[in-house]
Amino acid sequence: MTTDKSPRYYPAEDVKVPHKKHVVVKQNPTKLRQSIAPGTILIILAGRFRGKRVVFLKQLASGLLLVSGPYKINGVPLRRVNQAYVIATSTKIDVAGVDVKSIDDAYFARSKDEKKDDEEEFFAGDAPKPAVVSDKRKADQKKVDAVLLKTIGAIDMLEGYLAAQFSLTVKDKPHLMKF
Amino acid sequence: MTTVDKRAPRLHVDGAILGYKRALRTQNNHVSLIKIKGCDSKEDADFYLGKRVAYITKAQDGSFRVNWGKVCRRHGSNGVVRCRFRRNLPPQSIGSRVRVMLYPSNI
Repeated sequence: MTTDKSPRYYPAEDVKVPHKKHVVVKQNPTKLRQSIAPGTILIILAGRFRGKRVVFLKQLASGLLLVSGPYKINGVPLRRVNQAYVIATSTKIDVAGVDVKSIDDAYFARSKDEKKDDEEEFFAGDAPKPAVVSDKRKADQKKVDAVLLKTIGAIDMLEGYLAAQFSLTVKDKPHLMKF
Repeated sequence: MTTVDKRAPRLHVDGAILGYKRALRTQNNHVSLIKIKGCDSKEDADFYLGKRVAYITKAQDGSFRVNWGKVCRRHGSNGVVRCRFRRNLPPQSIGSRVRVMLYPSNI
């Protein structure tokens, strides 16, 4: 019969034992839905551009989807969109010629130049500051859309389709609709 | 270029609040039963599982207030659905309108 013998030597004061380190598990990137592939036309369900049909370009490292209207057609710029707020239609176009390699999540990071004078801001009041679109964004938009517009122009009725907004009407049942 | 439709798009399905989950003489206020328009069977209801639901009311100053919830499961076999909201729905909302959004989408 064994008994738990206390060790002959033990420290006089309590020794702190460090906590087991909490290992942060690396999260897997969001799985892209089967129905979404580069070139798919998506319907945005929420946010500023709800109801718009846009072209999916690529999935960014954060899991968000990079889309473009194209801007000329429906006013949607190069933008990130969450997969959950999007319906993928079965319409696909060829975006192989579009170069979006340089666009990543850092591209969309907020600019840190909010160091305006506090007093000036205080007296300026609560008027919404007009959105300043950087020239870089405009240039990138033009570059991406140039290719997209050519592809879209070649397909019959596609430009009108992208310009039209999606809306449910009286008889529509989303659970029966084929997108 | 085709003409642009300037009206706000409808991206939700209307639903009616039927009441709370209940037995004959007891009810659970934290779960509400919602009848989604056009959804009339178990299979139809499966599409709406997990979708966000909005119960919208008007405040005294005219602004809108939303109580968000989500469809959590089916209720029966005729398309009725159980929903849980951030704040339980008030009893006076029974019979009134709720919006079932199309997100989080799985299509």
